[in-house]
This record gives sequence, C-alpha cells and structure tokens, in this order.
Amino acid sequence: MKKIMSGGVSATLGLGLCFLVTSVGAQNAPTASDGIAKYREMIADGNPAELYEAEGEQLWKKAAGSKNATLEKCDLGLGAGVVKGAAAQLPRYFKDTNRVQDLESRLMTCMEVLQGIDPKEIVDAPFGKGAKKAVEAVVAYVVTSSRDMKINAPMKHPKEKEMYALGKRAFYYRGGAMDFSCASCHDDASKRIRLQDLPDLTSAKGAALGWGYWPAYRVSSGEFWTMQRRLNDCYRQQRFPYPNYVSDVTIALSTYLAANAKGGVMHTPGLKR
Amino acid sequence: MKTSQLIFRASVLCALGLASISGYAQTAKAQAAMDKAIVASFRDEGIISVASITQDETQALCSDPKMATGKAGAKQRAAIEAANMETILPPYDGVYLGDWKEGEKVAQSGRGATWTDKSSAVNGGGCYNCHQISKAEVSHGTIGPSLLGYGKTRGNSAAVVEYTWGKMYNAKAYNACSAMPRIGHFNLLTEKQMKDVMALLLDPASPVNQ
Ligand code: HEC
Ligand code: HEC
Repeated sequence: MKKIMSGGVSATLGLGLCFLVTSVGAQNAPTASDGIAKYREMIADGNPAELYEAEGEQLWKKAAGSKNATLEKCDLGLGAGVVKGAAAQLPRYFKDTNRVQDLESRLMTCMEVLQGIDPKEIVDAPFGKGAKKAVEAVVAYVVTSSRDMKINAPMKHPKEKEMYALGKRAFYYRGGAMDFSCASCHDDASKRIRLQDLPDLTSAKGAALGWGYWPAYRVSSGEFWTMQRRLNDCYRQQRFPYPNYVSDVTIALSTYLAANAKGGVMHTPGLKR
Repeated sequence: MKTSQLIFRASVLCALGLASISGYAQTAKAQAAMDKAIVASFRDEGIISVASITQDETQALCSDPKMATGKAGAKQRAAIEAANMETILPPYDGVYLGDWKEGEKVAQSGRGATWTDKSSAVNGGGCYNCHQISKAEVSHGTIGPSLLGYGKTRGNSAAVVEYTWGKMYNAKAYNACSAMPRIGHFNLLTEKQMKDVMALLLDPASPVNQ
C-alpha cells in the first residue's frame, strides 16, 4: 500500500479534505479522478472494502442483541432475508414502519426489531465506532450484493414521491454563512473544487456517478464510508449544522439521488479519494 | 445591520410578496413546509447552530431553481441585488489594497466556519477552491471564472477597485443567486484579509498580474 501511494499518485490522492489542500506543484496537474483511476488500475479488483464486507456478512449471520437473534430475517424490501439486489432498490417505502427508509435506517429497524438493539445507541455513536461501525460493516456486505445491478429505487408510493420532492428541495436549499446548497457544488458537470471533479447530481449520468459508487472505501481516510457519512461530510463542507443520522433530510436526499440515478449501475462498494 | 437596512429589506420582502402570482404562492407554501422539515433534521454542533440556516430573502429566493435563473424571477432578483448592494461598506480607512503576499495565503486557505472548526480559528477565503488566480497554483477549482491577470487586464481605476471590493464583500449585489459566498457581509474574512486579497488581484507587483 505504501509503495502504491508514493510519487505522483499520492500527490493527487493525498489532497486531503478539499478545503485544506495546498499546491500540488505539477505543470499539468492531473485531476483527483485521474489519480484515483490510476490507483484503481493498480490494485485491480481488490478493494479494501472487502474486509468490511466480510465482517458485515459475519455480523448478518451472528446472533446478537438482547434477543440474541441474527439479521437473517431482515426484510430490506425484497422479502425477509433477501440481500441480493436489495441495495439497488433502496431507498423505498416500508409498510411496517410506514416510512421511506435508506439502507442504514432500514438496518437499524431490523437490529431493533429482530435483535433488540437500541437505535439510539447507533445514532449516538460516531462514524466508524461502536454500534455504528457494525451497521457500516453490514452496509458493505449488503451493497456488495447489488454490485453490477441496475439502480432501480421504486418511485410509486405517495410517500416515496413525497420524499423525492423533499430531497429535491433540500438539494437546492441555500443557507448558512456561505449561502451554499448541494447545487452550489453539484449542478454542473464541468465544475470542480481545487482538482476534485464534481458530478452533476441533477442529471441521470452524474447522479449515477455519485449514487452508483457510494458507499465507498475512501483512500484518503483509510475507511469505509456509507452514504450517510458522505452526506454528513458534504453538509460539513456546506457550512451547515450537523444532520442527524438517518434524519429525514438525509433519507430524502438519498431518495432524490437514487431516483435521478435510475437505470445507472451499482458499482458498490466504490473506491474513492 | 443598520436600521435603514432592515426597513429596506422588509420593503423588498413586501414587494416580493405582492409580485408573486398565485401559482408561485402555492409552491412557496409547499416549499415553506418542506423547509421546516429540512431544518428539523439538524442539530447544533460546534460553532454551527441550527439557526444559522434560517434563510434570509436572498437564500430563500435562490433556493428555487425556477426563480434563481430565467425570466420568472428576474424582478425579484433585481430587488435582491439592490438590497445586497446596500450592505456593502468601504474599508474603514478608505485604503483598499493591502499586502498581496498575505492575500495569497488567505486565497489559499479554505479553512473555517465548519462544525469542526474552533471559534478562534482564522478563516480562509477559499478563493482557489473556485477560481484560478495565480499561474503557479495549478490546483484550483472552476466553479468561478479565472482571475488570472485580473488587475493587468482591468487596470486599477477607482471603479475597478470599488467593484472588486464590492464583489468580494457581497457577490449577491451583482448577481442575486451567485455561487460565490458573501465574504464581507457575513464576516467570513476580516477587513485586513480582504484588503490583502484585493492586492493579490490588483497590485501590479502581484504574481497574478505578471
Ligand atoms: C462546498 C462544496 C460541496 C457541497 C456544498 C456539497 N458537496 Fe458533495 N462533494 C463535494 C466534494 C469536493 C466531493 C468529492 C469529494 C471527494 O472527492 O472526496 C463531493 C462528493 C459528493 C458525492 C459523491 C460523488 C462522487 O462522485 O464520489 C455525493 C453523492 C455528494 N457529494 C452529494 C452532496 C449532497 C447531496 C450535498 C448537499 C447536502 C452536497 N454533496 C454538498 C463538495 C460539496
Ligand atoms: C464557491 C465558489 C466561489 C468562491 C469560494 C469564491 N468565488 Fe469568486 N466567483 C464565483 C463565481 C461563480 C463567480 C462568477 C460571477 C457570479 O456569478 O458571481 C465569481 C466571481 C468573482 C469575481 C468577479 C469576476 C469578474 O470577472 O467580474 C471576483 C473578483 C471574485 N469572484 C473574487 C473572489 C475572491 C477574491 C474570492 C475569495 C476571497 C472568491 N471569489 C471566492 C465563485 C466563487
């Protein structure tokens, strides 16, 4: 890993958080995506997210919680226990909770109902730690089982349409000290911040690039990031307050992105800067 | 904000209300309901409070893509620009240009104003996140236009100096729904920092103008 990361590639990969980067100092600087493409080639099919995936599969099958049960009866939308293809069809409306749920909020429901795990424990844990870490590993397992499938979140139920509308509104909602909305950074395919290309998430193609590659293993932080975490960090950069984990706005944004990305391909888990 | 400013803003709001056709009022109502749900999803963290995303009239108008561009919102946008123009204050001592070397540092730094920053942290201008500015810095964004050779091509007449100060102070005075933050208006930079960035753009000795 160390070796791969040396030289020109590390200059681009190591850009760090986009607001903290300084000069790369090359003449024709490759963009961050050029760098990551090279890195992907070098490690071929291996994605460090596989470690999370393997752990997630174990957690899926392991009895846990006060009810000492596994997640094997968890209904992710395609029926109890069906994992294959489920992530490609989320977020969606669930009758039992009467809510539109993304993968993470749905897993929390399963952990609560089947295993007796307190959702508050998950919400309150920092990303990458404690009860949240377990959810993240299971996310890696579930999204890997939708790899190469078509993105196809249903948009039929009135609550799904409502969530889409809310997500669209949230996408354009400007506020805070910098007047930013998601659209400030993501409504034009030709724009970039420093050297990081920004997909146009309002178009089918751009949304597929965004949605289809997340959750992802992030090379710069050496961690697996779920979609909730991706959105959380974008809101941080947006100078917004902290979005509560699995809050309406985060699920609505995912609903909006997934619907825009319909017909695109799931490349999950992605590999990102 | 000055009282006259507040009154002016209130009148802009009224004008907006009167100007809206019923269809727009309808969507505005639906939007207001959604905005409540959006804000309810956040919590205070570090230096960023939930209250900070309560919208002013500029943010409210520009959150509707139909109003942010195109004909439908043209009148409202003009009113918004006028209101923002009123907020612009010249430098306290009338001196617009500082030290371009310091300005380069300010333009480079994109730090500050996130929930992971301390209140004592010095903000950066984040200019390179969006603009090409000096030739030496190839890691620049493209959300804004290139500012390479800015002073060389425009000169530094009083009009150019005032416009550049104004644009940085409050970009929405010139383009209601600009992607550029209102740097002076929201105190993102100090007056000294802004003067230094001004010199980066306008000082003939600055590398931007070589
Ligand atoms: C101030 C800039 C900024 C804002 C505002 C912003 N983002 Fe981002 N976003 C980025 C950057 C930069 C990246 C790429 C990060 C990277 O390469 O590490 C990114 C990446 C993403 C991605 C993954 C795209 C990909 O191809 O990997 C998604 C999805 C996304 N953002 C959604 C959003 C949403 C939804 C919002 C609003 C809640 C938002 N962003 C607001 C800067 C921003
Ligand atoms: C998030 C993006 C963003 C940031 C950050 C930003 N700008 Fe801008 N800037 C823009 C955009 C977009 C424009 C194009 C005009 C418009 O729509 O306002 C612009 C226009 C300008 C102009 C007018 C150019 C002309 O040709 O008239 C100047 C001067 C300028 N910016 C300076 C700065 C400086 C100095 C900073 C940092 C202190 C800065 N900008 C930070 C996005 C940004």
